[in-house]
Amino acid sequence: MISRQIKHKFFTPWIFVLTILALNGLVFLAIRFIYGLGAVTNLDNYTPWGLWIGVDVAAGVALAAGGFTSAALVHIMHREYYKAIVRPALFTAMLGYTFVALAVVVDIGRFYYVWHPIVMWNGNSALFEVGICIIVYMIVLYIEFIPIVTERFINKINFHGLLTFLNKPVNGLLKYLDKKLSLTMFIFIIAGVVLSTLHQSSLGTLMVIAGQKMHPLWQTPILPLLFLLSAIAVGFPMIICESLIASRSFNLKPEIKTLSKLGFMIAPIIGIYLAFKIGDMFIRETFRYVLLFDSAAWMFIAEMVLMFVPFILFLSKKIVNSMSGIFIASVFVISGVLLNRINNFIVAYNPFFNPVKYFPSFGEISITLGFVALLVIVYRAFVMIFPIIPQENNNSNQNIAESGNTKSKKWI
Amino acid sequence: MKDINRRDFLKTAAIGVSMSVFGTKFLKASDESPSGYRIGILVDTDVCVGCRHCEWACKVAHNIPTASLESYSDNSLFKEYRRLDAASLTVVNEFENEKNPSLPVYVKKQCMHCEKPACVSACIVGALSKLEDGSVVWDTKKCIGCRYCMVACQFQIPTFDYDKPIDPQIRKCDLCYDRRKTEKLPACVSICPTEALLFGERDEILRVAKNRIKRKPDVYINHIYGEQEIGGTTWMYIASKSFDNLKMPPLGNSPAPGTSESIQHGIFAYFVPPVTLYAILGTIMWLTKRRSNENKENRIEFEQEKKGVDT
Repeated sequence: MISRQIKHKFFTPWIFVLTILALNGLVFLAIRFIYGLGAVTNLDNYTPWGLWIGVDVAAGVALAAGGFTSAALVHIMHREYYKAIVRPALFTAMLGYTFVALAVVVDIGRFYYVWHPIVMWNGNSALFEVGICIIVYMIVLYIEFIPIVTERFINKINFHGLLTFLNKPVNGLLKYLDKKLSLTMFIFIIAGVVLSTLHQSSLGTLMVIAGQKMHPLWQTPILPLLFLLSAIAVGFPMIICESLIASRSFNLKPEIKTLSKLGFMIAPIIGIYLAFKIGDMFIRETFRYVLLFDSAAWMFIAEMVLMFVPFILFLSKKIVNSMSGIFIASVFVISGVLLNRINNFIVAYNPFFNPVKYFPSFGEISITLGFVALLVIVYRAFVMIFPIIPQENNNSNQNIAESGNTKSKKWI
Repeated sequence: MKDINRRDFLKTAAIGVSMSVFGTKFLKASDESPSGYRIGILVDTDVCVGCRHCEWACKVAHNIPTASLESYSDNSLFKEYRRLDAASLTVVNEFENEKNPSLPVYVKKQCMHCEKPACVSACIVGALSKLEDGSVVWDTKKCIGCRYCMVACQFQIPTFDYDKPIDPQIRKCDLCYDRRKTEKLPACVSICPTEALLFGERDEILRVAKNRIKRKPDVYINHIYGEQEIGGTTWMYIASKSFDNLKMPPLGNSPAPGTSESIQHGIFAYFVPPVTLYAILGTIMWLTKRRSNENKENRIEFEQEKKGVDT
């Protein structure tokens, strides 16, 4: 199995729908930058963070966790069997984090100062740590992506017209990068895993400082641990889900065997997460808030069910070996983690004085959906340009010969 | 102990202000409280008559457009509970007085200037800082408008210009930082006609507050709001009824940034944990590589699997 660029037609009815969603988001994006946050969002002085921080940033970072979990599995634990999942996961993480960064630019009031944390440090701030780690990790992800670019373009550079003179130097640069990176890539791979561990957990620390403003069902000092565990838990389900959707969309044969083997690792991770989550609930005796059965309690129950059901599903051999079974179980985990982030950042945030309970405005939802739509469109375009998605080896002798000839070890 | 009169206070205050401004050093939230001069302001809600002159003076001092002082005598505003916004850094609210219905309780609201401010701890770029005199100020040159200070503040004080696309500000009381440069008292304190606001050294102010409660135990409840709340605040309140009924959030005595900062510092203690993690992962990487080279089981399994898929 080898990763190659997809040959498929780009436009489908779905792409048309996604384009409309993206354009709709763009309209509201323009309003946000011309008239300010108040014109688009339902945020106020009592609810300063809403959908964009909860979903675009917090959930976005969690759902991009496949990048570091797969890197840890394949490169650090050397489980080469799973090598095929590395590229799609890496690319999803790269794209995901890029959109997280874009969402941050949209959400912060002074977007033109977004670079400030790089030079103005506050080591006490959990947000500072999250910000710095995300910036550095994004750079690491871009570096890890370079081998895919070099593989695609070495000896294939073909500028036309006035730019012809660039062909040689660019090709040389690509070859140089390829050579150097194959020697140093392990540094970046480990750094990526460390950085992810740090900021995935620190995202949980973010809400600790809100203290009593957070509903006690979610406010716990082990929030960072819960965030890290749930991020690790959602990494593989994201990879599985994505791979199955891509196979369906591009008419490829799904790699059900690899994905099933991956699936068997998920239940223990969810199990650990649930053990901490439920243990925390009993130690802090917060189950009495669940028994109130108010709206917050129901959101908590929903979140727990969405994680508990896939825990059972992933324990069953039959389900993990079936394509629809593993897909549904994965979707459960993804929704569970998504709802957990929404709960932590939006539902649980209920300050002492809060006259209007926050619900995202149409504009906020439009921009979030627009970003998701744009992400899918860019994903589709990139997998057609770059060798990302693994495919079976029919009539591709040239590619095999090429990768066989490479003397240096291929990391990515 | 004798109650200190207003003039004495102004004198010590003026000295304190000059000291605080000239010796300004920026402190981190987690630092120990210094022993030097700390501002304290007492709000005696029993003395306040609800004239709202402080609101007017505050707007004038901060260049916020406002109507004339006369218009502030309109009492109909008290019908609804008001909060701070980008154009009001302080507001006065009216509450029912069960003991004497003809004399309602008035409570001024503004930034409390915590001893251990959560906003200063939270701010991603350190745009909020606690000065040595105890005041908490905001730096427009640093702020990125992320509003994490608003998430962190237990009193829900900082506000944000949601309607400004360019240069929106985080706004809150700065204890009239600009006025204090010229040794003036904060605008609200200096305009207050009934001495409901008492400005001075924090310990001294606390003594006065305790005295007043002691002298009139039938009037005041025995609680100085802000003495202990989340590690103590610069602004402190005494009142004739429970602060829960004056819409002051019931807060514990442990500083708001405490848990968050200890987690942060635990994860980042001299970069030891991240570096250790890096080393551990590197070792695992090296060990598993050796193993996978020694017995090529993985590889063979991989080849077989590949054949299985191919056929």
